Amino acid sequence: MTAEAEIGRRARVADSTAPMIELRGVSKQFRKTLDLAGRIAQRLGANVREEVVHAVDNVDLAVKQGEVVGLVGESGCGKSTLGRMVAGILPASSGTILWKGQDVKTLPPEQAKAAKLAIQMIFQDPYASLNPRLRVDRIIGEAPLVHGLVTQGEFDAYLAQQMRRAGLDPAFKRRYPHQFSGGQRQRIGIARALAVQPEFIVCDEAVAALDVSIQAQILNLFMDLRRDLNLTYLFISHDLGVVEHLSDRVVIMYLGRIVEEAPAEDVFASPNHPYTQALLTGVPRIDSRKRAFSAVRGEIPSPLNPPSGCHFHPRCPHAMARCREEAPKLKAIAPGRRSACHLNDGAA
Amino acid sequence: MSEQPTIEVRNLRTHFFTKAGVVKAVDDVSFSVGKGRILGLVGESGSGKSVTGFSIMGLVDPPGRVAGGEILFQGRDLAKLSEEEMRKIRGARIAMIFQDPMMTLNPVLRIDTQMIETVLAHDKVSEAEARKRARAALVQVGIPSPDERLKAYPHQFSGGMRQRVAIAIALLHKPELIIADEPTTALDVTIQGQILFEVQKLCRESGTSLIWITHDLSVVAGLADEICVMYASRIVEKGTVDEVLDHPLHPYTRGLIGSVPSRNVRGRPLAQIPGMTPSLLNLPPGCAFRARCPRASEACLVEPEMTAPLPNREVRCFHPHLETVAA
Ligand SMILES: Nc1ncnc2c1ncn2[C@@H]1O[C@H](COP(=O)(O)OP(=O)(O)OP(=O)(O)O)[C@@H](O)[C@H]1O
Ligand SMILES: Nc1ncnc2c1ncn2[C@@H]1O[C@H](COP(=O)(O)OP(=O)(O)OP(=O)(O)O)[C@@H](O)[C@H]1O
Ligand code: SF4
Ligand code: SF4
Ligand SMILES: [Mg+2]
Ligand SMILES: [Mg+2]
Repeated sequence: MTAEAEIGRRARVADSTAPMIELRGVSKQFRKTLDLAGRIAQRLGANVREEVVHAVDNVDLAVKQGEVVGLVGESGCGKSTLGRMVAGILPASSGTILWKGQDVKTLPPEQAKAAKLAIQMIFQDPYASLNPRLRVDRIIGEAPLVHGLVTQGEFDAYLAQQMRRAGLDPAFKRRYPHQFSGGQRQRIGIARALAVQPEFIVCDEAVAALDVSIQAQILNLFMDLRRDLNLTYLFISHDLGVVEHLSDRVVIMYLGRIVEEAPAEDVFASPNHPYTQALLTGVPRIDSRKRAFSAVRGEIPSPLNPPSGCHFHPRCPHAMARCREEAPKLKAIAPGRRSACHLNDGAA
Repeated sequence: MSEQPTIEVRNLRTHFFTKAGVVKAVDDVSFSVGKGRILGLVGESGSGKSVTGFSIMGLVDPPGRVAGGEILFQGRDLAKLSEEEMRKIRGARIAMIFQDPMMTLNPVLRIDTQMIETVLAHDKVSEAEARKRARAALVQVGIPSPDERLKAYPHQFSGGMRQRVAIAIALLHKPELIIADEPTTALDVTIQGQILFEVQKLCRESGTSLIWITHDLSVVAGLADEICVMYASRIVEKGTVDEVLDHPLHPYTRGLIGSVPSRNVRGRPLAQIPGMTPSLLNLPPGCAFRARCPRASEACLVEPEMTAPLPNREVRCFHPHLETVAA
């Protein structure tokens, strides 16, 4: 075997075992630049500064083909931002995103187009993500038609099939988005994403607006598609019951950073990170009635001005002096498990 | 019991007169909520929960309209008020938190502008005072850095933060009735707890009544006093939270509770109610749940009425699950 062929073979092997999507040190900042008045005030020595939101901060994450990774975390911690970067809708500020082993920034145009179609996102906010001036048949059916997944002749049957699969009555295909209920709109978004036959789906609170029986129908559909077509999912949800049910692996974020990552059984059975522990004890259950809900203890930290060291320290019952100064690294604590907490460094 | 309820809805019908036919989105819906009480309104997606809320608020747009019934707010029928009179009540005495926060928020205005405007629309206070109230409301719903956030635009917020701003706006005037439409669906449990805490406090301290529309049975379980379950534009079951969740009488309610993920084995298909929601355009005669119901019989070809087979329980079904209650 020539050296060249050997390198080629190795590259192919590497390719087939490479994760479907991989993030390396990915960050996203949103900047609010100062307006003129602000700049003048700053010149004059006033205490105004440019506001920067560190929405996603140096995240490493890999998702293998056929895997379901659940992404959970507090509201505003950067889940949607991360999801949008994975789906290629939002560029990263820094870091590398690899699609099937290749940097998305250097993909040739043909492949970039294919990747764009292969990765679909179901948006958190169905109303804002559906064009209000288009009827449902175009919202769902246009992309498959444009990309030649279906011919004009088969279109009606294909559309009906896609709508029915998401639990929508095809008789409504001539309606506009505002003529649907909230949950029906969410299903339009689901049908639109599935209609282009994607390989990877970012589900951002995709079933949050559905009653549990329709939610069950959609989640079962997701699981069937995974079994039959080997679909891969990044499943963003605040509903821990749903995440537990569906995911192989769970990733927990807090204020832009991943704080824990583990197989789903392990996270729910023995959460390691203090934030994960707090998250799991707060879960409302159908069996607990007339609860007295309690206010969040301690101040909710702001991504505009995140706490030093470990972002969780102002709310952590175990916080030590070190936690205020040094950000804990995300480290392996067991095979397949990572956590970012100083407590894991043994007797501290 | 003798106290007048804050809101009493009697035989409400709200229909959309579309080209394809009449969509009876709400059909013969009745319920009432007393002072400081919390009603959970749950049910199938598309069953008419939001439209019920819009009807109370007087916000049903053509081709839809309230086609019948009464909406008594402290004894006054809202359906008979002029738009001018309704405007005085809306936002100040009755507020709605919409399922979609962008129905409350204007995308091109800064949050402070929107919140201050809302305060000034009903209260004659200085702008500084209005700003103070807006800031306090953001803190109440758990938004950190309220001063910076007041100066931001809606698109600069995360989904859950937008939802919280919409909640903050609804709380600004401490209304007597709040209709909350899926207000915490996009929120994690800690923030959700914070909001439910504020809401409970408001009901207790100000006597605010609440209609909490949600599909999340675990939230209803922890929050509400009573539950109404809707299916295909009608209320099919009504009762206290404990009664309905522990001993559901209607086959649909039973199916709904059975689909909750935590009641299912991890990774296995979730129990789901077979079949599809019927189209409201051409509901089959008889019970609307018939095609999906394991108990359906010949009798169900006739439309069932709301009955009270047990004290304080109401159900719209010929074969309710009475056996589970007897035990
Ligand atoms: N403008 C409209 N024109 C025609 N039909 C409408 C219109 N608005 C709502 N509908 C229909 O009325 C029915 C009730 O809608 P509503 O929004 O009240 O449902 P919902 O119970 O709130 O559901 P969800 O849980 O999905 O939000 C739905 O079937 C919907 O398709
Ligand atoms: N376009 C934007 N401009 C400025 N800031 C933004 C923008 N989009 C998001 N942010 C900020 O980035 C942070 C993370 O937002 P993101 O939407 O990713 O949160 P999330 O985890 O999805 O929260 P939620 O559960 O509430 O949807 C928030 O502080 C938000 O205000
Ligand atoms: S590093 Fe310190 S503050 Fe952070 S979670 Fe661990 S113990 Fe708590
Ligand atoms: S009336 Fe008949 S079909 Fe309807 S829910 Fe009851 S048993 Fe089922
Ligand atoms: Mg989000
Ligand atoms: Mg609704």
